[in-house]
Formats: sequence, structure tokens, C-alpha cells
Amino acid sequence: MEHTVKSFDKDLEALGRRIAEMGGIAEKMISDATDALAGLDIDLARATIALDPRLDALQREVEENAILTIARRQPLAVDLREIVGAIRVAGDLERVGDLAKNIAKRAIKIGAEHHLERATIGLRHMQEIASLQMKDVLDAYAARDVERAQAVWKRDVDLDLLDDSVFRDLLTFMMEDPRNISFCTHLLFCSKNFERIGDHATNIAETVFYIVTGATMPTERPRPSSTPPAA
Amino acid sequence: MNMEMQTAAAPGAPNTAIQGRAKVVVRKLDFFYGESKALKNINIDLAERSVTAFIGPSGCGKSTLLRVLNRMYDLYPGQRAVGEVLLDGENILSPKVDVNLLRARVGMVFQKPTPFPMSIYDNIAFGIRLYENLPKSEMDGRVETALKGAALWGEVKDKLDASGLSLSGGQQQRLCIARSVAIKPEVILFDEPCSALDPISTAKIEELIDELKEKYTIAIVTHNMQQAGRVSDYTAFMYLGELIEFGETTRMFTSPVEQRTQDYITGRFG
Repeated sequence: MEHTVKSFDKDLEALGRRIAEMGGIAEKMISDATDALAGLDIDLARATIALDPRLDALQREVEENAILTIARRQPLAVDLREIVGAIRVAGDLERVGDLAKNIAKRAIKIGAEHHLERATIGLRHMQEIASLQMKDVLDAYAARDVERAQAVWKRDVDLDLLDDSVFRDLLTFMMEDPRNISFCTHLLFCSKNFERIGDHATNIAETVFYIVTGATMPTERPRPSSTPPAA
Repeated sequence: MNMEMQTAAAPGAPNTAIQGRAKVVVRKLDFFYGESKALKNINIDLAERSVTAFIGPSGCGKSTLLRVLNRMYDLYPGQRAVGEVLLDGENILSPKVDVNLLRARVGMVFQKPTPFPMSIYDNIAFGIRLYENLPKSEMDGRVETALKGAALWGEVKDKLDASGLSLSGGQQQRLCIARSVAIKPEVILFDEPCSALDPISTAKIEELIDELKEKYTIAIVTHNMQQAGRVSDYTAFMYLGELIEFGETTRMFTSPVEQRTQDYITGRFG
């Protein structure tokens, strides 16, 4: 049902459109940063970094418009949750952009390093999962689909486990040949970034749950049984 | 009446819907304006020393319900209530109840300030004299206490002989609250007390309601959703004479269960 005051609906739609644009940019940044890293493509890495300011600007716009809407309309119930949710999701997507930008920066830095192609395979896998998580959670957000959001939330454990596995692999490569150390250390940070992108996807999943139900997700986030490496 | 309802209706019995003791318990209440049914099977508890807000679109029955709680409707022919309204366990709808004493226990503040055309002092003393015969010194004390209780003393203490009508709208409304407080009620009913007031006066009344709930059980009808959210502990949403949803205000305004409540408080109808 629409609001009696139609411009209120327009305010909420405008917030939704900005979030959708942010989601698109964030997804592209994750995928491009990984391509740049795997192919040592410095131009693509720079293009990825150049996308970040737009994401930052959109986040500020979401915040400003959300605050204005709160001040003007004094939203309640689902409207209030929608607006608070938009602020949260925009914050998560902005951070995802920063993490992707960080991967792109490392792609530029390791261009000159001793290169080990098989070390990037695990990362590519992480990127695929992180991108899928991001896509699914953004679809869940757009459709206000709680079940889909919960599925994303539960799947985050895969990314955590993969982060552990990549950590062990990279450690092995470093022990095999000390010339790999610099390259693999950069990749370790990238692995952590993918794991954190996954965390932001679960944050968004929690926000979708909150927007739709008004409650917080009931259980603890699944964690892998082994202790993840500190980074 | 099932067992659960009997338990809930017992005065002082714990209730699942409210925290603490129920001061007023309404059960199976129907109300008629002639043939027309304005309230349909209302069941609700008003928690003691708490504020309960009644919200809903015009004509939903919220003011009617308030008028039942001190039998204000008795003044009009053709209006009748069926069911139970228990004040500390006593059914106030019973014909045996002295309505004048009831209205001393259950005070009411209306939408428009209604000061009597007499001095500020007498506006307060008038009500007290109906119920008690006090010496002058004691009466002075009661008037002062009442005006202080309504956060008006500081503004009027030097002009107690001035007409109540000379005060501003916000001051007049606080004078009416002082008049209610003066006769030591147990419950105070507010029927849109701020709808004719400016924002500062509204803020003063809201602050006052917050203080009053330390001593009194309060019910307030308001069209201002934000006001209901600010001042009340519990909120009841009514629609077409029915109580649709009742619960703690914090929950009602963030995650109402009923779709009609959500649509109303978010401005989608009404």
C-alpha cells in the first residue's frame, strides 16, 4: 500500500535506487580487482580504484537523504526500518568498495614482484564465492527476501573456511621458496579482504532480516571449527 | 468468559500484555450511541502508573472508550455501555457507582482548555470544594501543590487572582491539568490535550505527563503518532470500534504485528 503522502514513497524509492547503484559498482569492483590481480593488469587495477569515489559519494547521498527523510517525515515501523536499513547497507557497500580498492592497489604493487600463478587460484575461488554472496544478498535486499538473506548468512562459513585454506597454501608457498614471500604476503591480505567482503554480505543479510521482520537474526553467525589465522 | 480472561480480569493479577499491576481492566466492552455500535468487544488493561496511548483514525472509538472510563457518556441520553470496566476490581459501569466520586478518581483533560470564568486560584479550589471542606490555609497549600504538579506555579504564583481565561492556551491547559490533579485522582484521561497548543506548550505538557505517571495511571488519546511514541509506555491501536493491536509502545512503533497498525502509523491510511 502506498503512503497517503506520495512524495514519501518517492523518497524511499530514491534511497533504493542509490543502494542498487552502489551494489552494482561494488560487485564490479570486486570482480575487476580480482581480474587485475590474477592478470597483473595495472590499467584494470587503476580503473577499479577510480570507481571508489563514486561509491563514497553515493554513500554520503544515501546518508544525507535518509537523515532528511527522518527529519521531514518522522518515519515509523517498516518505514523507519527501511531508512535505517538503507544507511546500514550503504555503509557496508562503501566498505566493500574500500576492500576491493585495496585488492586493486595490491595488484599494482605486486606487478614488479616474483610471480607465482598457482598462488592466485584459491583467491579466484574466494572472489567467486564473495561475488556470489554479494549478488545474492543484494537480490535479497531488492526483493526483501528473508529466506534468501538467511541462506547468504549461513553460507558465509564457506568463505571463512576458504580463507583458512588459502592461508595454509600461501604459507606453504612461502616456505617452499622465500622469493614468494612478498607476493604471497600481498595475497594474504587480499584473502582477508575477500573474507571481510563476505562479512559485509552477512551484515546486509542481517539488515534485510531486520527490515522485513523488525527483529534481529536469532542465532550466532556460523564460524568454522578451526581458529582462523589472525591478520 | 474463559479461565484466562478471569485470571486477567482479577484486580492486581499479573497480565501477559502489561508489566506490573492493572489499574483499569476493560472486559467485553460494547458501547452504543442509540442503535449504532461504537465499541465492539474491547478487552484491555491499563497498567498502573504508566501511560497508555490510544491511536487510530477519526471515528475509531478511542475518545468514546476514554469517555467510558469515567462515565462521561452518562451525561447524554441514548448512550450506553455493556460489559465490564474494573477500577481496582470494582465495576464502574454498575448503576450503584456514584459517578461524581468516580470522576474525582478518574479525572479528564480535554482537547480545548476549559478553564472556568473565575480566578486561577478558584479554578483549582472549585473542584476541591465539591469534595472537601478545607480551611483557607490548607486550601492555599492544595492550590499551590496542584499548580506545582502541573508545572504552572512559577508562571502564575504572583497573579492567582487573575482570571483563568487571561492565561495563554498552553497555560490554560496546564491549569486544567492542575484542576484534575488537585482533587487527587487515581487515573487521568487526556483527550488530545495538545492538539490546540504550540510546540513549546506541547513539550511542557508532554514533560508533565512524564512526571504525572509517577503518581497516576494515565490514558491519552492522540492523533499525533510521534507524541504517542514519546509519552506512552503502551499503545493501543483502534479501528472501526475494535481494538486491533495493543502492546509496548517501543514495539508497536518499530515492529507492529498487525498490517492495519503498520499501515496506519506509517501514514498509509487514516
